Amino acid sequence: MSEYLLEMKNICKSFPGVKALQGVDFQLKAGEVHALLGENGAGKSTLIKVLGGIYHPEEGQIFINGRETAITSVNRARDNGISIIHQELVLVPHMTVAENIFLGREPVGKFGINYVRMGREAQKMLDTFDLGISAESLIADLSIAQQQLVEIVKAISFNCRILVMDEPTSSISDKEVEHLFEIMRDLVSKGVGIIYISHKMSELNIVCDRVSVLRDGMYVGTCVVSETPRDILINMMVGRELNRYYTRDHVKSSEVVLKCKNLDDAKKRLKRVDHVSFEVRKGEIVGFAGLVGAGRSETMHCLFGLTRGSTGEVYIEGKRVQINSAVDAMRHGISLVPEDRKLEGLYHLQSVRFNSTIEVLHEFISHLRVNEEREAEITQQFIDKMHTKTPSQYQTVTNLSGGNQQKVMIGRWLATSPKLLILDEPTRGVDVGAKAEIYEIMNELTKQGVSIIMISSELPEIINMADRVYVMCEGKVTGCIDYEDLSQEAIMKLATLETVGGQNNG
Amino acid sequence: MVERFGKSVKRYFKDNFGILCALGAMVLFLYIYPRTHATFLTQTNIFNVLRQNAPNLLLSCGMTMVIILGGIDLSVGSIIAMSGVLGAGAVVWGGAPEIVGILVGVLSGLLFGLCNGFMIAMTQIPPFIVTLASMNIAKGIAYVFSGGKPIRCMTDAWKFLGAGFVGPIPTPVVTMFVVFIISVLFLNRTRLGRQIYAVGGNDTAAKFSGINTAKVKFVVYSFSGLMAGLAGVTIASRLYSGTCTSGDGAEMDAIASVVVGGTSMSGGSGRLGGTLIGALIIGILTNGLNLMGVNSDWQYIIKGAVILLAVYVDFLRSNKKAK
Repeated sequence: MSEYLLEMKNICKSFPGVKALQGVDFQLKAGEVHALLGENGAGKSTLIKVLGGIYHPEEGQIFINGRETAITSVNRARDNGISIIHQELVLVPHMTVAENIFLGREPVGKFGINYVRMGREAQKMLDTFDLGISAESLIADLSIAQQQLVEIVKAISFNCRILVMDEPTSSISDKEVEHLFEIMRDLVSKGVGIIYISHKMSELNIVCDRVSVLRDGMYVGTCVVSETPRDILINMMVGRELNRYYTRDHVKSSEVVLKCKNLDDAKKRLKRVDHVSFEVRKGEIVGFAGLVGAGRSETMHCLFGLTRGSTGEVYIEGKRVQINSAVDAMRHGISLVPEDRKLEGLYHLQSVRFNSTIEVLHEFISHLRVNEEREAEITQQFIDKMHTKTPSQYQTVTNLSGGNQQKVMIGRWLATSPKLLILDEPTRGVDVGAKAEIYEIMNELTKQGVSIIMISSELPEIINMADRVYVMCEGKVTGCIDYEDLSQEAIMKLATLETVGGQNNG
Repeated sequence: MVERFGKSVKRYFKDNFGILCALGAMVLFLYIYPRTHATFLTQTNIFNVLRQNAPNLLLSCGMTMVIILGGIDLSVGSIIAMSGVLGAGAVVWGGAPEIVGILVGVLSGLLFGLCNGFMIAMTQIPPFIVTLASMNIAKGIAYVFSGGKPIRCMTDAWKFLGAGFVGPIPTPVVTMFVVFIISVLFLNRTRLGRQIYAVGGNDTAAKFSGINTAKVKFVVYSFSGLMAGLAGVTIASRLYSGTCTSGDGAEMDAIASVVVGGTSMSGGSGRLGGTLIGALIIGILTNGLNLMGVNSDWQYIIKGAVILLAVYVDFLRSNKKAK
């Protein structure tokens, strides 16, 4: 018996023009949570795909329980007890939980699929973890967090011994993260080894035992989490000092740029925006905090003219304006970088250039003339400004890493020269280095007098960046906190409705 | 200017290398093959091929945009029948001047396009269903109006659009190239053209980008209908009559041309330049098989196989590029 449940040795994998992995080593013990850290593009996903049988390495060996194993396909990986929960959920929305768990291996009786048995067994698994999810409910009716839990149950149902979780907490709220961690601890105590990928450093101390760091496709080192300060880990990841991480010069401005009164989505069912009022001053970063589903994004959609039939008054620089569509909003100098870049932002088949300039076509297309030099110039300007890493402007945007995709997105909306920039979860799924760069740019923009609304579910981020924070809960603003009084406790209190109406902070 | 032109020609060849080879091979084969050697590369035959395929290319221009938009337009074949019948009917039974007849035909196609566009832009009904419905309605109008019989119209002015010549060149060939150039300019040189790619690539993202997605859809389906109307009167003119059966299956030929031309059915990408070659391949294939004396029943099977092969080869190529 080997000391390690899984050992990967000298893994090399290259793609045309890129060496994605260069001699990477990785060891996982049974019963540990092992974090895998690295910036976007460091090779984490590639390593995981090698383990999952999706990519085949050019060099290197994989040992499972000390025995060399060739993982040639996804099914081989599964046979060896490896389960991967990908960042993007891969459940079928219009099937029930039970059907999803047993997809492709439904229990078959005399008369075809035995739905009764399937439902019973699925329910048993769900109950083991005390999830409070019915096996008969449709995936589409579950929250993102619940779907995540179903994914985990599905993974475990394959009798997996090695569980890989790729950013499982990126789209769920803190309360739900707690639950997830409990389940992870439970699994670990049963001898499962978990590989945990996350950009949230604060989670490492809570749930991980050891951490391995990758940088630019190379293995940097492994340490025990409890003995390693965060600065050292960040250093290992980026290979440079990041002393400007989380700093900002706060401003106090009196000039109100935007004032919203009683924004309401006017919906009877699933109401998410309920008479929301707030204001934004010049050069200010206004945070919007709250649990997932509190209605923060939906409020911004109402403001941006994306919600049909929404009501409320919007004043820009004191003047009442009507915003009925995104075009109206942009005409008034508002830009919105949406939350889900895959679904709401990117044109996947198109180039970086197409994606960068789609908002500002009028600057280079007129009278049947396309000024390609101007288009290239605009694109290059925002590639430089955002420090986007791309081989060329013609690169298809899907081939960029998550952080670089996000930079292309922010660049696209900056190209419209907005007075007010709304950033919805601007650093979700973005590595530490790129995060720092995004903060830097936000800081710079505010100095130029641009106002920013930032929605974020990461409390440290919002506490460090925002001048003021509005907290929402169940569609209502429950309070507003100035930066001097910001703390995780203060925000969580308002976000969980412990002080309904926000009497304390007005 | 010259340099930039050279660059775009080079890019065109690179982008469409596979289908250009296929087209070249086909032409070469028909030139060498003894039974077709004498007739294939003559001016008469070339004009013949182009004249017959002009309507298909007209449809394909509209269809390319529809497919880039991520949709489909099944109604164009039936609109051909309807616009031909209405146009010829207006002249023969209504006593209208030929030019008015032609306008009636073209505008009836546009009207159907507008309706398709309106339904698709304003409701959530999938384009497949909307155009399936209008396909039947257009066909029905053609039958009801004509009573199922061809409406013969033999005047010279009527024949001009489909069977006439502009100088030495057949009129439909001229129409085809004018329309093609307008389409290329529209798709590549206007903001609306760019927005077609955006809406087809990611509808939600386009909404967030402040693109009026409804307007884009409305314009594209209207254009497709207009093209079908124009193709309809062109065919009715070439055949000296408006018939209910003309245009049967034309939508499928148009879709085939677009797909062979390298436009993805999932939307968001594609080029009219590829469609042109795709349409030529489909056209020359039919012409070549006719010249070779292949039974028309067998032609369907061969055409199907060629479409499948062309798309498969292109699929292999783009897969290789992606890796």
